[in-house]
Amino acid sequence: MPVGGRKQPPVATELEQATVTSSLSGREWELPGMWNRMFESRVLSGYTTSELARISSLPGGESIEWCYGCGKCVPVCPVDLVGEYGPRKLHRKAQTGVNLLGDADLWMCTTCGNCLRVCPKEVDMIQIMPAAREAAVTDGIMPPELQDVFEKTFRQGNCLGENPRRRHAWTKGAGVPVRVLASDPRPVDVLFYVEDYWSYHPRGQQAAQAFARIADALGVDWAILGAEEKTLGDSQRTAGEKGLFEALMEDVVATLGKYSFNRIVTPDPHGFNALRKVYPTYGHNFDVLHYTQLLAPLIDRAEWAGSVEAKVTFHDPCYLGRHNGEYDAPRRLLAAIPGVELVEMSRCRENGYCCGGGGGGMWLDGFNSDRVTERLSERRVKEAAETGADILAVCCPYEVSRFEDAAKSTGNEHLKVLDIVELVDAAMFPR
Amino acid sequence: MIAMRIVVPVKQVPDLVEELELNSEGSDIDREFVKFVANEWDEQALEEALLIKEAVGAQVSVVAFDEPDVDQTLYTALARGADEAVKLTGAGDGWLSTAERSRLLAQWLSGQSYDMVITGVQASDDLDGQLAGTLGGLLGVPHASVVVGVEPGSGSVTVTQELAGGTVVRTEIATPCVLGMQTARQAPRYAPISRIRQAMSAGGLESVEAPGEATGPTDGIELLRLYPPEKAGRAEMISGDAPAVAERIVEILASKGLVKL
Amino acid sequence: MGNDVVVVVEHDGGVVSDTTFELLGKGRELADAWGGRLVAALFGEPELAGELGAADVVRFAAGAELGGYCPEAWEALLLNVVESVGARLVLIGTSTVGMDLGSSLAARWHAAPLSYVVALRADGDQLLATSQIYAGKLLADLRVTAPRVVVTHIGGLLPSDAGRRAGSPAREEIDPGVLGSLKSAFKERRVPDGGGVDITAAPMLVSVGRGIAGQDNLELAQEVADALGVPLSASRPVIDQGWLPKPHQVGKSGKKVKPKAYLAFGISGAPEHLEGMRNSELIIACNTDPSAPIFDVAHYGTTVDLFDLLPELAERLGD
Repeated sequence: MPVGGRKQPPVATELEQATVTSSLSGREWELPGMWNRMFESRVLSGYTTSELARISSLPGGESIEWCYGCGKCVPVCPVDLVGEYGPRKLHRKAQTGVNLLGDADLWMCTTCGNCLRVCPKEVDMIQIMPAAREAAVTDGIMPPELQDVFEKTFRQGNCLGENPRRRHAWTKGAGVPVRVLASDPRPVDVLFYVEDYWSYHPRGQQAAQAFARIADALGVDWAILGAEEKTLGDSQRTAGEKGLFEALMEDVVATLGKYSFNRIVTPDPHGFNALRKVYPTYGHNFDVLHYTQLLAPLIDRAEWAGSVEAKVTFHDPCYLGRHNGEYDAPRRLLAAIPGVELVEMSRCRENGYCCGGGGGGMWLDGFNSDRVTERLSERRVKEAAETGADILAVCCPYEVSRFEDAAKSTGNEHLKVLDIVELVDAAMFPR
Repeated sequence: MIAMRIVVPVKQVPDLVEELELNSEGSDIDREFVKFVANEWDEQALEEALLIKEAVGAQVSVVAFDEPDVDQTLYTALARGADEAVKLTGAGDGWLSTAERSRLLAQWLSGQSYDMVITGVQASDDLDGQLAGTLGGLLGVPHASVVVGVEPGSGSVTVTQELAGGTVVRTEIATPCVLGMQTARQAPRYAPISRIRQAMSAGGLESVEAPGEATGPTDGIELLRLYPPEKAGRAEMISGDAPAVAERIVEILASKGLVKL
Repeated sequence: MGNDVVVVVEHDGGVVSDTTFELLGKGRELADAWGGRLVAALFGEPELAGELGAADVVRFAAGAELGGYCPEAWEALLLNVVESVGARLVLIGTSTVGMDLGSSLAARWHAAPLSYVVALRADGDQLLATSQIYAGKLLADLRVTAPRVVVTHIGGLLPSDAGRRAGSPAREEIDPGVLGSLKSAFKERRVPDGGGVDITAAPMLVSVGRGIAGQDNLELAQEVADALGVPLSASRPVIDQGWLPKPHQVGKSGKKVKPKAYLAFGISGAPEHLEGMRNSELIIACNTDPSAPIFDVAHYGTTVDLFDLLPELAERLGD
């Protein structure tokens, strides 16, 4: 029995010979089984190829034409598991002339990257989706929720529309001093790029405070930008607002240029992805680490005053794992925590299931709700619960709120959702 | 035929998502702390102006005073399709009351040709009247507020105003006129950031010296105190989960004889 | 300078608005304090003068086309009234008429305008006012020393009974000549098709706001309304989205309602909405934001999710 979802496997009955009766004339027809098998290639006509041509002519959209229809992408697509969607299906729609830019399917892809992993033709939805969405956004077509996020991000520099001056309000509860570069601009080793959800979301703030205590204890020389920080906006980019991403990048690069630091560390795999993969294409090169990559080599120094006696399962963030190849740093941290027993979900590492938050999905649960039987986060929480774990550990700021909500809505309240940094904190500084 | 010209005055208002803090004298909000955004009704006004432009042709000019973050609002207006953005500078850096705003705008408009002035029906910081009516009165031209529809004609427009209870009245008004927009026919359009940035790099913002300086708040009105309302008579909160709350609500209704248990 | 107080009479379909009576009551109090007259300005429908017993004088203009509200005509008439009596204060409700005429009259009559007033009293020979600002997030106490003031007062805050008095005020017709050559022409007045629903007559209302999040979700609220046998009403965002027709709107630009019970789901409580329902006998509000202003006027509140609560209510109220 598969976990969740309402998809039924197709029931196929193959007959060599069958007799069918016309309901109109009552006449009987003999049908040989070979009749509907395609032994020779057929040329399809009557469809316009203009839609496919339109997508493939967009910068980034080229590879949609390389698809030869094998369909390997569909069973690995996390969205198809809860709905009717998949790269090949999208391609097929375009082939038959459906205007993708005006189609609600355009907003379902979470850019998780699992299709690209299996595609023999390297059809790259990670390039195609942002390009197609950008074309739609330029025409003013987008879900209202997304428009709201774009406007908030442009106005306030964060997707939540929060006051930029309150960016570092979380530091008050950290219990250790947190250096803000604007007031102390001396050179620093690690510039910690907090990003939106750790800055403003109450559960994210708790993780940020835990990070501060750990970094302090492990002797990391680090500082934050405080009110000068603006989101890196990678999910806004993959949701189709490249212009917004570029506007933010201009500001970010100017701010970073004011200070002297060796490397940037961020808790947000999406921001990490932007700095590591996208910024260099614009000529901006920074040494960047995900926070798990900073802490993993240092964790041997940790003094454990307590432990976390629990069975823990770990959800690989798409943008840390599949997109940037880091599967081990989070697991090294978990393994180091006294008491933690790590159990893996069946879908993990390269085949990790998506939480549904990437590519703008974080802001589109309402819009997409009509076309999925359950949210991706709900399905994933059920997978986590199936392992018998007490704790679902995460290390992407999108996930705590998504999974906590999903745990409630699927009746899995017993499953605690915690960032790895919170588990480390709990074992180092037990309360 | 010369297309008509529509002037859209816009303003910046505090973002009310934030709690407002008062300055140390308690005479104004702390303008250093607050974030300013475009007045939402002005966005409706601009949208209606752009819809008219698309339907019958018009030159749309957006005008604002030099207020916090106003450049972004003006460039966004250009990216949405406005033809011209004018920033009136030198009117002072504090808050402009509606009276001052109207007086300066009326002076500026007297040197302009225009068929319609369309602005937001209200703004959250209106303390001394709304711009559309005040401007109409000062300019001595017909005006209408709480407008929900504009049908341009020849030398006149027919406006639909919304009265209480959903009753609407349609009035034909000779141009030039001033309209206060409640709701445009469609939601304000999205301006892609790339287009806003293009507008910014093209620098199509015209800075013009305001025709005068602010002279302070309206004569004869003295602000004694600014304060948040007392949260008096707060609701009694019903605790518990949904079934428990539902149970309690039914009880309350039953106790008033409104439903039978 | 006179001490007269002028109240602009708002009427729709031959009915004088509640706010008008509230302001007549307040105007009576102020005129008495200053020793001036209370003047009611009535444009169109002169027969309504009989209801304005609280006033000393009714200045009226006849003409069917005035009844529908034509801004330019009303402005010319009102300017004539305030200039010809010794007015020092004009009271109008914060409505379309108030926002339109209040501001322009102040400009043309060289008076100080005051908006969103929620309280008004005489202090000796002066006037003290309290206004809402920033959508009700702050209040401003103001002292008015200007010789002429135009006040737009938020409706629903004062007792309307004070203005409903028997009396026989002097009736004085305004010279139609003041209308001169208008640049506007009234075309039509349209009452929305209510589909037979009159939310103002319902004993209870189930009302939904932005929190309902989608037209499909209205069904949940409809089931509760059906179980109670009462209509569904809504705040402005729901109507603007076209999810419910206009006659279902509660608020300043919708209907003012005073049911025995008002059940608000997903309504945050903008001042415009509160104005339309705050006088309900019992208000029960459901909103996930515990600081939502609706809880300031509600008698009972809950922060549970409306999507959880509505089905539970429907189940308990059904059959």
